[in-house]
Amino acid sequence: MKDTPLSNCERQFLLKAVEEKKRVDGRQTYDYRNIKITFGTEYGCCIVDLGKTRILAQVSCELVPPKDSRPTEGILFFNLELSPMASPAFELGRQSELLVKLNRQLERCLRNSKCIDTESLCVISGEKVWQIRVDVHVLNHDGNLMDAASIAAIAALSHFRRPEVAIQGRDITVFTPEERDPIPLSIYHMPICVSFAFFQQGTYLLVDPCEREERVMDGLLVIAMNKHREICSIQSSGGIMLLKEQVLRCSKIASVKVSEITELINKALDNDKRARKEGGKFGFAESMPKERITALKKDEAPVEMTDVQDTANEIISRTEAQPDIVKVPSPVVPAPGTGQVGEGLLNTWGLEEEEDEEEEQHEKEEMSTGEVMVLSDSEEDDVVILNPDANKPKRLEGGSKKGVEAPKKQKTSH
Amino acid sequence: MMQSCFKNKIGDVVLPGDIFSFELPVTEDGSVKAEKIICGPGLRRNGDEVLVCKSGILRHKQPNLYWIDSQQKRYVPAKGESVIGIVTAKSGDIFKVDVGGSEQASLSYLAFEGATKRNRPNVQVGDLVYAQFIIANKDMEPELVCIDSNGKANGMGVFGADGFLFKVSLGLVRRLLAPQSEIVKDLEKLFPSEIVVGMNGCVWVKAKTVQQTLIVANLIESCENMTAQQRQALFKRVADGNL
Repeated sequence: MKDTPLSNCERQFLLKAVEEKKRVDGRQTYDYRNIKITFGTEYGCCIVDLGKTRILAQVSCELVPPKDSRPTEGILFFNLELSPMASPAFELGRQSELLVKLNRQLERCLRNSKCIDTESLCVISGEKVWQIRVDVHVLNHDGNLMDAASIAAIAALSHFRRPEVAIQGRDITVFTPEERDPIPLSIYHMPICVSFAFFQQGTYLLVDPCEREERVMDGLLVIAMNKHREICSIQSSGGIMLLKEQVLRCSKIASVKVSEITELINKALDNDKRARKEGGKFGFAESMPKERITALKKDEAPVEMTDVQDTANEIISRTEAQPDIVKVPSPVVPAPGTGQVGEGLLNTWGLEEEEDEEEEQHEKEEMSTGEVMVLSDSEEDDVVILNPDANKPKRLEGGSKKGVEAPKKQKTSH
Repeated sequence: MMQSCFKNKIGDVVLPGDIFSFELPVTEDGSVKAEKIICGPGLRRNGDEVLVCKSGILRHKQPNLYWIDSQQKRYVPAKGESVIGIVTAKSGDIFKVDVGGSEQASLSYLAFEGATKRNRPNVQVGDLVYAQFIIANKDMEPELVCIDSNGKANGMGVFGADGFLFKVSLGLVRRLLAPQSEIVKDLEKLFPSEIVVGMNGCVWVKAKTVQQTLIVANLIESCENMTAQQRQALFKRVADGNL
């Protein structure tokens, strides 16, 4: 499906807002949206929320033969996916330009910066090494996928524990987590991407562009940096000319942002570690705020329950004795006049106003119809209707019209 | 019988797959008495039963109209509804308009006030139009017009260049469009602004300055999940300038 187009009106407004240093979501120029990092119950599973952008990273490992060129090094593999769940513009299984760009940037940021000690992933030189696979899934797209993906990937890698192995001669024993505690990866530093959007040929700059800002921007600069202020990668796209001072300024902003985010990741990791150690609750389900709908709770309708058991037994014995009595719903002419709404002009469905009135009326009706109505309205279905009708015909005669109809129908079905 | 099986559930949450089954009342001479009900969105007839096909609250309007009030974002075109669309293409004598439905709607260039074969309306790709559906079937391409049955614009047509467009859920749109909408009343007290609400979830806002436009837009967006008290408190804070 095609993406929703951006109208001229939105484009003009966004550009005008950028000029006035305003942003659609009320942020300042250099502000990030709220970042929330949550970990799953398993090691190496992490969801990062950056405003409405939401990314899931899952780390997994397996023993594989190493590459011929590097027999003593483990393998790191990154795979970022854009599913149609994230945005209607994304198609499954199509290598879009954005997807390639994000994958390359993620690899440059995390593999080429050598933030993970790959030599410690070697089990037997030249024969078996660990392959660490990082799957990054975009769950919702609201701009700045790169930053969110890099945070999710590095947080998941830091959270991950690989099983311990023992080597005896050429035999490799892999221990389950119950036998021996799994061990974390050795991570030297945490590179994190920070994106800058440029407008009007680089005159205006915004940190962490949202989806609509990304659409109207002229150029994008992504700086991957760690908290030691070492630049791990830097990439400019969109073909704008940037001055040296601008890049320097961006790198300064990036260093501030990176130290904040690194702190946040460490805090999230600590919290999760503490929760696991104390045997408390952890995982995604626990991090969701519990909300229960209470406002819609309704008192139960009064149902007569006095002789339910007896009548039920009676019905069963009766149906067993003479199966032909079992009431088959009489063939009913489909309700005439069911139709569609919206055929006329404007919809004029009122809201709640009339309902109270309506319910009152209904209650009155129920009372007037007497016992039979109550029974037929109860959740116990047809069975209940059948019996009292046959048992107490005298009462029915006194009842309202609806009560009279019921036995008649029975006759026809016999 | 038919009415009563619905009446029990009015105001309740119903889920897709719920069934309303009923038996038609039979009159004295054995013939079936016709009882008419109208199924609105979320309800559909299947033989003798009425099935629920959306999750939401069962609503009723006198005398016999039932529908399900649900929260959704995807718009499904319905005949007669007014929407805000974005012109995505000009091809020959029709414009293609994106209204957020599954398919783009078509809009003839003759369906504007005062438009003739010679006097074409000035519509560019990317412009916004406020238009009304005259054809909306599930099997056909929906068609929009910017005139009423008298050939008058009646408020419809192309938008000016200013203003800001954003999308909200369809439930909020219906709340905004309801006669004597509380939200609109509260908004009116703040500062003068122009608001256009399309049934497809698009809302267009224009106020005096960019700042004010943004405030109005954000206020409307935030009304989605607020109670009346929360909303009034927020609006009061804005009016006092404490935001």
